Amino acid sequence: MAFDGDLTKSTAAALAAAIKAGDVSATEVAQAHLDRIAKVDEKVHAFLHVDADGALAKAAEVDAKRARGEQLGPLAGVPLALKDVFTMKGVPTTCGSKILEGWRPPYDATVTRKLREADVVILGKTNMDEFAMGSSTENSAYGVTRNPWDLTRIPGGSGGGSSASLAAYEAPLAIGTDTGGSIRQPASVTGTVGVKPTYGGVSRYGLVAFSSSLDQGGPCARTVLDAALLHAAIAGHDPLDSTSIDQPVPDVVGAAKLADVKGMKVGVVKQFDGEGYQDGVRSRFHEAVDQLRGLGATVVEVDCPSFDYALAAYYLIAPSECSSNLARFDAMRYGLRIGDDGVNGVEEVMALTREAGFGPEVKRRIMLGTYALSSGYYDAYYGSAQQVRTLIMRDFDRAFADVDVLVSPTTPTTAFKIGERVDDPMAMYLADLCTIPTNLAGNAGMSIPVGLAPEDGLPVGLQIIAPSMADDRLYRVGAALEAALNTTWGHPLIEEVPSL
Amino acid sequence: MPAITREEVAHLARLSRLDLSEDELVHYAEQLDVILGSVARVSEAVQQLGQGQDIPPTSHALPLVNVTRPDVERPCLDPAEVLAQAPAAQDQRFRVPRILGED
Repeated sequence: MAFDGDLTKSTAAALAAAIKAGDVSATEVAQAHLDRIAKVDEKVHAFLHVDADGALAKAAEVDAKRARGEQLGPLAGVPLALKDVFTMKGVPTTCGSKILEGWRPPYDATVTRKLREADVVILGKTNMDEFAMGSSTENSAYGVTRNPWDLTRIPGGSGGGSSASLAAYEAPLAIGTDTGGSIRQPASVTGTVGVKPTYGGVSRYGLVAFSSSLDQGGPCARTVLDAALLHAAIAGHDPLDSTSIDQPVPDVVGAAKLADVKGMKVGVVKQFDGEGYQDGVRSRFHEAVDQLRGLGATVVEVDCPSFDYALAAYYLIAPSECSSNLARFDAMRYGLRIGDDGVNGVEEVMALTREAGFGPEVKRRIMLGTYALSSGYYDAYYGSAQQVRTLIMRDFDRAFADVDVLVSPTTPTTAFKIGERVDDPMAMYLADLCTIPTNLAGNAGMSIPVGLAPEDGLPVGLQIIAPSMADDRLYRVGAALEAALNTTWGHPLIEEVPSL
Repeated sequence: MPAITREEVAHLARLSRLDLSEDELVHYAEQLDVILGSVARVSEAVQQLGQGQDIPPTSHALPLVNVTRPDVERPCLDPAEVLAQAPAAQDQRFRVPRILGED
């Protein structure tokens, strides 16, 4: 039997099943996606590097395995776009920065290794805000990525390349990282699904560090079930990451298939509503909450007063950790080196290299963090921010003693225009307002599309938050809501994306 | 009075090993002043929400423990592959600029 339909518009689950059944070869699937990238990526610019040879080689390997009668995994032969912040042996890894231009890492990140072992076909590396610092992908040193829903708008950030690749049908799966919302906010503004797993749920080994206590890799997809399949493939304990949780991975695939919220208690976060929230975001969000109620969930309002201060705490904690983490870019062992003329000393070469190699947002955050950690300011800034972190975790504990999950809009507005916020860091930072508390507390969050805002026709995302290591609840609620909304709309929302 | 001056930014840039231009110093001083003015709310939050209690700081969402492994030999990265990525290498080592001062 031949595969019925457009390969690039298929879900990951359907592609894997078709490859397994022999309805289509992994090579045909990979080639269809490479052709799609060749056709549309000039407009979208989701990819920084396309590894066509590597992708086709992996696809051929999957086809050979099948021909030999070997058992194929649940994602074997499915193409994926990898955020350029994960190392991949021999393949350029830039983190969207000039300081790593041309670097080919000598090792695989654990996530990359697990993808290879799952026989996922990695198509290439996706664009991102430099070192994952940003909410629009405009901070990439390699140019902007455009939102497939409207090419004049941002695809979110920092993982805008990953989210755009999904919405442009260049890949059915992508990997992102989420330090303050960099998986969920891009998913929200592109009408796709993004999950920040519990901190420690997915290994950070080979994920180039921005803010180590917050960074978390996770799955991006066009459906909740596809995200669950990818989540299961990359999660699990890793001895190479000292913060990796040594516990069984929650049954996210089972939860996505269950897709039932009957008897669950859902808390609506009081703080994430009202002034500053776009009308269409609010209306779509509240309609989705009504759907949850209709599906049998109990809905209550939950007060989390500390969340009003999460953004402020985050913009002290993340830059502080970043100022320390990015000290590794010292021009000595890899990456760019500027000014090594035989006269300049090592510190001059470092300063010249970092000045030339880092973009404005990275410099801003390094200095902000250096300031917040400096003697005399430490208590007022970094110390207080760490206390706010405690208060946020207490608010979550109190909330989850009463409800199973929390919900809110993922981000206060739909996709804004490219260039609109580049000169106003505080306006840019507001995009992460609702996603940050989850990073600070280390619990799990998901964004799913809940419709288009009537005023601009752009996607709106709903965020679901679950306690640490209860990631399965995200999928249970997300899949139930997704199914109900698809029934209401008559088709998945992503099918309304303009053709490129 | 601004929270941060051009001179302080110049000092931060030195500590951060960033050879900032004069224009950047002025620009970052303005921007960091706005950002610091906004994030300073964290002290107020602790006072208001902490209700006079002593709130312990949290540096990490997980209880951190040291992770060790058995001290056994295992393969490491290939030196040639690693040095191929270095800005400069010599005699199977990283070659770096002068590390001591002139005097």
